[in-house]
Amino acid sequence: MKNTTTAKLLTTVISLLCFQFLTAQDEFRSGDVLITGGKLLTVTNGDMEETDLLILDGKIAEIGTNLTAPEGVPTLDATGKYIMPGIVDAHSHIGLDAVNEATNPMTPEVAIADVINPFDIALYHALAGGVTVSHAMHGSANVIGGQNQTIKHRYGAMLPSDLIMEDARRTVKFALGENPIRVHGEGYNTLPNTRMGVETVIRQGFDNALAYREAWDEFYRKKEEGIVAVPPRYKKRKEVLLEILDGEILIHCHSYRSDEIYMLMNVCRDYGIEEIIFQHVNEGFKVAPELAEFGAMASVFSDWWAYKFEVYYSTAYNTTILAQNNVITSVNSDSRALIRHLYLEAAKAQRYGQLSDNQTLELITINPAIQLGIDDRVGSLETGKDGDVAIFSGHPLSIYSIPEYTFVDGIMYFNRTEDPDDMRLVTDPEEEFESFMRLKSGRGDHDCLH
Amino acid sequence: MNSYLYKITIGLFTCLTLPFAVQAQLFGEPVKGDFFIQSAELYTVTNGILEADLLIRDGKIAAIGEDIDPGDAEVIDAAGKRVYPGFIDAGTRLGLSEISSVSMTTDFNEQGNLTPYAQALTAINPNSVPIPVTRVGGVTTVLSAPSGGIFPGTAAAIHLFGYTPDQMYAGKKAVILVFPTSVRTSRWDRRSAEKRQEDYENRMKKLNDFWEEAERYHEIREKGQNEHKKLASYEAMLPVFRGEKQLFVEVNRAADILKALEWLEEKELDVVLTGVAEGWRVTDEIAEAGYPVIAGPVLQTPSRSYDRYDRPYANPAAMHNAGIQVAIRTNEMENVRNLPFNAGFAATYGLGVERALEAITIVPAQILGLDDQIGSLEVGKLANLFIADGDPFEPRTQIERVFIRGWDIPIESRHTQLYNQFIERVPGAQLED
Repeated sequence: MKNTTTAKLLTTVISLLCFQFLTAQDEFRSGDVLITGGKLLTVTNGDMEETDLLILDGKIAEIGTNLTAPEGVPTLDATGKYIMPGIVDAHSHIGLDAVNEATNPMTPEVAIADVINPFDIALYHALAGGVTVSHAMHGSANVIGGQNQTIKHRYGAMLPSDLIMEDARRTVKFALGENPIRVHGEGYNTLPNTRMGVETVIRQGFDNALAYREAWDEFYRKKEEGIVAVPPRYKKRKEVLLEILDGEILIHCHSYRSDEIYMLMNVCRDYGIEEIIFQHVNEGFKVAPELAEFGAMASVFSDWWAYKFEVYYSTAYNTTILAQNNVITSVNSDSRALIRHLYLEAAKAQRYGQLSDNQTLELITINPAIQLGIDDRVGSLETGKDGDVAIFSGHPLSIYSIPEYTFVDGIMYFNRTEDPDDMRLVTDPEEEFESFMRLKSGRGDHDCLH
Repeated sequence: MNSYLYKITIGLFTCLTLPFAVQAQLFGEPVKGDFFIQSAELYTVTNGILEADLLIRDGKIAAIGEDIDPGDAEVIDAAGKRVYPGFIDAGTRLGLSEISSVSMTTDFNEQGNLTPYAQALTAINPNSVPIPVTRVGGVTTVLSAPSGGIFPGTAAAIHLFGYTPDQMYAGKKAVILVFPTSVRTSRWDRRSAEKRQEDYENRMKKLNDFWEEAERYHEIREKGQNEHKKLASYEAMLPVFRGEKQLFVEVNRAADILKALEWLEEKELDVVLTGVAEGWRVTDEIAEAGYPVIAGPVLQTPSRSYDRYDRPYANPAAMHNAGIQVAIRTNEMENVRNLPFNAGFAATYGLGVERALEAITIVPAQILGLDDQIGSLEVGKLANLFIADGDPFEPRTQIERVFIRGWDIPIESRHTQLYNQFIERVPGAQLED
C-alpha cells in the first residue's frame, strides 16, 4: 500500500519534471537546426568566421555562409559566439550505477553497458560544460576489468539503451600498478602482488584464451572428420579475451609508471595486438618515443599528481611532451567535477607547454574520438558527422568563456538561460531535502579505484 | 612562438647548455638582490593599473613610479608584461602532506578530536616538492591548515620560500574549528541519517564541553592562577579568547552555517568562516553576522542534486553582492596552483575580474591581518610579486618571474625539471640515436 502511494507520487513528480524539462527547449528538439553567424572551430579544417551550420536529422548537413533554414527548421542566432564540436571525454564514470567488479584480477566478461543510469545528474552537468560524449569506463581494481561503454549524453532519455552510442568501437579496461595490486595482492592475498604479477596475469589470461581456442578448433576438426568429440565448455571470459587478441575490442589501460607502460607494449607485441590506448599514463612522457613508435595513444589528466606514490614523479607538461612526440593524446576528466570544465583542463596544456589553440582543442575533440574509434561520427565539425555541437560565449580556451548551448544529434540538451535550476529527471524519495554532497575539487573521487 | 621556432630554440638551448643543464636543474636556487622592473603594467590591486617602474630593495617594494633611481639593482625589462602581487591562498594543506595516499607522508590530522595544540608550522616541510610547483604559478603565500576532528590544530600562514619554518612563517596563525555536521563526510559514508544525527549531537556536546572548559581555564589563567599546571589543549585556545588569534570555522552546508552563526553569536571572537559552499543560500545571515569568508574551492560540483549547475562558480559573487568580504581558496595540497583558475571561474560567473583578483590578493591579506605586508603592489610591502606575459587567470598565460620577499625565485619545479629532461629525450626510441 505504502509502496503504491510512493510509486504514484514518484510518477507524478517524474512527469512534472519531464514536462518542465521538455518545454524549456521544445523548439530545438527535432534534430534539425540552423545555427547562424558563429565562429566555427572545426578542429580538422581550421577556424571559420561568421559561418552557418545546418544540422538535419541529427547530422551536420551543410557548413557555409548565407545558408537558409529549410521549411520548419528552427534557427539559432549565434552571432559573436564560438561553435566547437561537442567535447568528447575519453575517461569518465558518470551515468553509472556501478564501476568496479573487484572480485577477480580478470573480469572482461562484465560490461558497463549493463549498469547505465540515465538519471545521473552528472550527465546534465557534463552537457553544461559542452561535453556530449563520454567513455563510461569500468574501474581499475582488476588487471583486466570489464568492457566499457561509449555513451552520448542524451539526458532526458528514460532507457539506459538510449544513451549507448551506436556503432562505437568496443573497448575494455585494463589496469596496471598500485590499484590491482592493492585490491588483489594486498586485499585477497592473490596474484598480483607486484608489477611482475600484473604482467603474469595478462599473459596467463591470453595463453589460457588461446588454449581455449585451440580446444574448440580441435573439436571442430574432429567433428569434420566424423570423430565423436565433446565440445569444450563455453567460457565467456575467454571468448572476450579472444576478441581482445583479435583486435575486435580495444584496450584502454589504466597506467602510471613508464616501466608498466613499456611492459604492456611488449605484451601486446608478443600477442599481435596492434592498438592500445593508455589511460592516465602520467609517466608517458618518459617513454614518449616508444609510445610513438608502437602507435600507442595516450589519454591524460591535465595536472593531477602526487595523490599516490606512482604519480609522484609526474609533470603537467606530460600532454605537451606526448603531443610533441606525435603521440595522439587526449585530456580526460575521470571525475564528476572535472567533466564540467574539461575545456579548462585542456587549456592548461597551454600554460604547461604552450600548445597551439587547435592542438589544444584536439585534446578534447578529435583525439579522444580517434581513441574511442568514433572519429567518423564526432570530434570535428564536418558535414556528415553527428550534430554534436557546443556553443560558447567566447573562445572555449579562455577562462572567461561560458558554455551557452549544447546539442547532441542536433537536439538541444543544454540551454544556459532557459533551463530550470532543478534538472533532475527523477527524485529519490529517500534523499534528504537538505542533502549535501561533500565533494572535493577533483582528486576526491580519485582515491577510489577509477 | 610557432612550434618550429620553438623546437629550434629549445634544441639550441639544449645543445648549448647540456653540460650545465643537470647542475642548473638540481641547484637552481633563489637569489636575493635588488631588482628594477622597468616599463611594466603594474596591477597594484589597491591603486589601479599603473604604467610604471617598480624597485625591489632589501626584500621590499622600495619604489613605484617613473624617474626612479635604480642604483645597482638588476634591471628587468618588462615592457609589455604585467606585474601582480603574489597570489594568496588562505586555505590549503601545502607542506603538510606529500603523497595523499601514503599516510606516513601526511601530517595534517593528529590523533583525537580536540588537538588545537597541533602546530602546522612544526610539520610544514620546507622542502616539500609541491611548494615550488605552486610558487612558479604566482602563488607566493598560503595558509596551511590541519584538518579532521573538531579542533584539528593551529594553521600557519607561510611564504613559499625558505629552508626552515621560521624563514617561511608569514606571521599569522589561526585555530581551526571544524564545525560539527550531520552530513555525509563522503560519497562512501554509509551511516544512516539517524546515526549521523547521533554522531552530530555527540560532537556538538564534545565541542560545547571542551569550549566551556577552555573558557574556564582561560578565566583562571587570566587571574594568574594555576600557572604551573599547563594543559596543552586549553593552552592552545588561550590566544583565541584573548583575541590574539583568529578562529577559522570550517562550515559548508546552509543549515550548519546557521547553527555555527548561532553558536558564535554570544562569543566575542575574531572569527573567519571557511569553505561556506552553501553561503549563497544564507547570504543575509552571514552578512548580518559580519564575518569574513574564505570560500572554495570554486571548481566543484553543486552540493545538492537539484541545485543549479553553476552554483559553486557563482557562490563567491552571491556572497560578495550581499556585502560579505570574500576571499577564494583551493583547499588543495599538490594543486594549489589552480588558485587563479578558481578565481577566474568566480570572475566569469558574476564576481568580475577585479573583485576576483582582490579575492586572492588583498582580501585574504586583510582577513589574515597581513595587509600591511602583502596583497598589493605598494611601497613598503614585501616584494612578493610576479611578472606574467598576460592575464594570469587565462590558462595560456606564462608566469615568467616570481619574487618572494625580494628573492628571485627560479621558475623551476619537479614539473619543469621533468619537462626539460624529457622533451627531447636522448637517446630516443633507438639506443643508437
